Amino acid sequence: MKEHLATTGLSLNEPLLWEKAKKGRSGFSMPTRDVDTFPIDSHFLGDIPELPDLSELDVVRHYTRLSQWNYGVDSGMYPLGSCTMKYNPKVNERQASLHGFTLSHPMLPSELSQGILTMMFHLERYLSEITGLPAVTLQPAAGAQGELTGMMIVKAFHKYSGSERKKILIPDTAHGTNPASSAICGFTPIPVKSNEQGILSVERVELVMDEDVAGIMITNPNTLGLFEENIRKISDIVHSKGGLVYVDGANMNAVMGIVNMGDVGVDIMHLNLHKTFSTPHGGGGPGSGPVCVAEKLEPFLPVPRIVEKDGSYFLSQDFENSIGKLHAFYGNAGVLIKAYSYIISMGSMLKKASQLAVLNANYLKEKLKDTFYLPYDRTCMHECVFSDKLQEKYRVTTLDIAKRLMDYGFHPPTVYFPLVIHGAIMVEPTESESRETLDLFVEACRSIADEASQNPKVLFEAPIIPRSRRMNETEAARHPYLAR
Amino acid sequence: MKEISELKLPEDIRYSDDHEWARQEGDLIRMGISDYAQDQLGDIIFVELPEIGKKFEKGEECGTVESVKTVSEIYMPVSGEIQATNQNLAEHPEMVNNEPYTGGWMIQIRPNDLGEMDLLMKKDAYLTMLKG
Amino acid sequence: MRYLPHTDEDIHEMLQVIGLSSLNDLFTVIPKDCRSMKELNLPGPLTEWELNDHMDNLAKKMAVPPEYKIFLGAGSYNHYIPEAVRQLIGRSEFYTAYTPYQPEISQGTLQGIYEYQSLVTMLLGMDVANASMYDGASALAEALLMAIRITKRRKVAISSLIHPFYRQVVKTYLTAPGYEVIELPFQQNGTTDLSDINSLEEFAAVAIQSPNFFGCIEDLKSHGEKIHADQKTLFVTVFSEPLAYGLIKTPGSLGADIVCGEGQSLGIPQSFGGPGLGIFASKVKYLRSMPGRLVGQTKDKEGKRGFVLTLATREQHIRREKATSNICSNQGLCALTMAMYLAFTGGGGLRELSALNHDKAEYLKKGLMDVGAVIPFDTPTFNEFVVKFPPDYKITYNRLLKKKIVAGISISSFYPELADHYLLCATETNSREDMDAFIQEVKP
Repeated sequence: MKEHLATTGLSLNEPLLWEKAKKGRSGFSMPTRDVDTFPIDSHFLGDIPELPDLSELDVVRHYTRLSQWNYGVDSGMYPLGSCTMKYNPKVNERQASLHGFTLSHPMLPSELSQGILTMMFHLERYLSEITGLPAVTLQPAAGAQGELTGMMIVKAFHKYSGSERKKILIPDTAHGTNPASSAICGFTPIPVKSNEQGILSVERVELVMDEDVAGIMITNPNTLGLFEENIRKISDIVHSKGGLVYVDGANMNAVMGIVNMGDVGVDIMHLNLHKTFSTPHGGGGPGSGPVCVAEKLEPFLPVPRIVEKDGSYFLSQDFENSIGKLHAFYGNAGVLIKAYSYIISMGSMLKKASQLAVLNANYLKEKLKDTFYLPYDRTCMHECVFSDKLQEKYRVTTLDIAKRLMDYGFHPPTVYFPLVIHGAIMVEPTESESRETLDLFVEACRSIADEASQNPKVLFEAPIIPRSRRMNETEAARHPYLAR
Repeated sequence: MKEISELKLPEDIRYSDDHEWARQEGDLIRMGISDYAQDQLGDIIFVELPEIGKKFEKGEECGTVESVKTVSEIYMPVSGEIQATNQNLAEHPEMVNNEPYTGGWMIQIRPNDLGEMDLLMKKDAYLTMLKG
Repeated sequence: MRYLPHTDEDIHEMLQVIGLSSLNDLFTVIPKDCRSMKELNLPGPLTEWELNDHMDNLAKKMAVPPEYKIFLGAGSYNHYIPEAVRQLIGRSEFYTAYTPYQPEISQGTLQGIYEYQSLVTMLLGMDVANASMYDGASALAEALLMAIRITKRRKVAISSLIHPFYRQVVKTYLTAPGYEVIELPFQQNGTTDLSDINSLEEFAAVAIQSPNFFGCIEDLKSHGEKIHADQKTLFVTVFSEPLAYGLIKTPGSLGADIVCGEGQSLGIPQSFGGPGLGIFASKVKYLRSMPGRLVGQTKDKEGKRGFVLTLATREQHIRREKATSNICSNQGLCALTMAMYLAFTGGGGLRELSALNHDKAEYLKKGLMDVGAVIPFDTPTFNEFVVKFPPDYKITYNRLLKKKIVAGISISSFYPELADHYLLCATETNSREDMDAFIQEVKP
């Protein structure tokens, strides 16, 4: 009998830190004291912090056990649509751990920080080459912060031109950060419905585009995994009324070296280094969300900017029309190092990576379209969207399918997003996965579809193999228990 | 989720097309969300209700209902002033799921014009809307 | 290329399944006028050998300890990171994992972050903490936006002794939606001056940093009392050096409504300023207005304790434009790192380490005073302090730089009225020997 990917094993329980602590224990090596004690004013002196005391081995076992409850990209495939869970190269971790980088203080004179400044300057150039947009900031600490930066630049541009526009057009397939970021800036998001092909139509954009619209936020390829084919015409319409075109670059992994965003009329876009450029997700960050802009928007980029003079690099605040600052220093330098390393390791092979990502997604689409309902049966980009429509008659939902996939050793795909597809299952394999892994995934999905029709109970009970069963999320929300 | 035939839809109240219900009690109106609405939302975790004394127009957003996965706005079925709100829902939001028409009531309104009740649907019309 | 597993055979067979004949065919859906005409002009591809050499060369061009003796804080602090922390956080189940949306296979991350949240509340004396923001600066901006949402007022007051970069970030975040930011001056003793603040009822919040940018410990209790004279105005405190709270009274015990700040000191490498850790905590009554992710404790269907992301209805993926923030990715791995660091120090260890840091800076301060330096601000400090040097100190500073000693930073660019004032710092990583050498160099 063929061995399944997922199996049971010895998994150890582990309590909370304070449940195994004992006062007086310590896991820390205190440096030898070489100065006198200087008592502090009793007005300021506080109590000894009530943190749990543990020995070094206590803590090491604690976190080792916790890690063993987790599933990472290194464990197995993570076909999360719009997340691009590609392999995180280990050699990039080595670069970010070099002492020259980890021990560097951000406020030293520029002459003493040439290593990182050189890296950052060149990373800006490489991202500019990849997107086709000339000016770049590496400051935003995540995609959402990149979007916020983008929206602020849009606002500043219009203010500078003397028109204070209030609206932003946002497709109904957009990620939630899009309307949230525009709202923080004081814009009103205006939804634009996608057409029957799942993309934006020129007519619908034309209908809502006017001189009170500051711009449009497009994700391209969009969250249905489809290329926004009308982007050139849409850009023209938006530009004709003085608006700007913002692209959410979360799905850039499909088109590196294939589409030049600057050429198709994009004025500003953000990238997610923790998606397209292989930096690790970290269980929820840190990420990095650089923003690339067309020349006319360069004056508004956040400060400080990296400037080159006589072969050396400096940080400069000398940009009077800048929107200001979003990060305490210059962005997540430790993350930038990894993306930089990835880019120079791949070089022009980034295009191959995109091609293979799209190949993998289309392969899965073909193999699964009879298993799960496929709303848009056309060539997709790096991800494709299915739904639970075929399983509805068995009362099996997308959630059940997702939970059961874990019993087969896979992290579930993105579920219930985008909102335009009821019960959406968004699958993005990335170029990192081999054909063999994809075939295993297809087999698991087919098996689950069979279970849905023959023995749905096993889906309603899933997952049964991982450490935990389904959580009572209602209780967690009704009576939040958020700290000891 | 329930089949339409399984839904509880009392005869003696009115329904809005946003799935609120309204019951006349003397010269006041009591409202909540219908069995269909609570079933669609799932386990209710939190209800945000307006301040007593505030005035709203018919159709205006006056609060929100949150389940684990989504948030839905509540709209005034009639215009009027907020007379009382169900304080019990703070500790027991599940009442909205278990007793949408009684213990899960949300707001009591002093209406500007009782005639506005006639603009709301009776049970049969609401049922037709749900089926369509 | 070792990151791309497809052989030519794989590609050929997979294309057959799809019904296409070349990789280019996959992109015919993209209109011709959208397709790039030229190849990407990028360096590489570099082999692992070449990459290592290249990066080693860049790393060499950085001034770092032990070669350089650096006496500088100002929002980025050199504290020793135990090897055990480094190795544990290097476990790929932690760092290659995604956001824990599927709790059954993410209990490691979820319990780890729940513990982080709890440790933050213990350290700061607050009720609830979120799973982190990007850094101290954006955490402060979000705290003020939260206060604005809660009170529905449009003005905030921030101390001019908050880190200048944090203030810059606050202004960037708050001017976009049209809110007003007022700066509070400082007094002669190096702490915030609240005496001029009238019409508190217009302010959503007043924010004070402690220890402040000058390293001085603010009298948060007295500030809090003044601010709470208006029932609605929120008292926000911020910090850039959380190690201080191993020694001094917690902001929670002194009346803070929201506490935010930078967690880099607690186990995270400086890395030229990022990634950092935006710590964010508040009183429980403001929970629903809090930005960011929250991990909560619950039970699974077999009654076993477990952890899960909760109250997500505040966040962007559900609330969209009505969300409490647009934040999606946070600083998850950094939050876990801080929890590990504190798990190793424990309460007693943190106290000892904190006291040592305090004493190192005091030693440096006294040593400089003994050779004639002036300490202009008469308030107790932690780790950092301001020194007024004679007008020709710039020459000494540059001479020291050539000797690979970074003698603090001039603050006159941030506070023009404070010419010849320098911000210095000493942590447990600065030895007595190095401090003595520095003091000797500065002696007139």
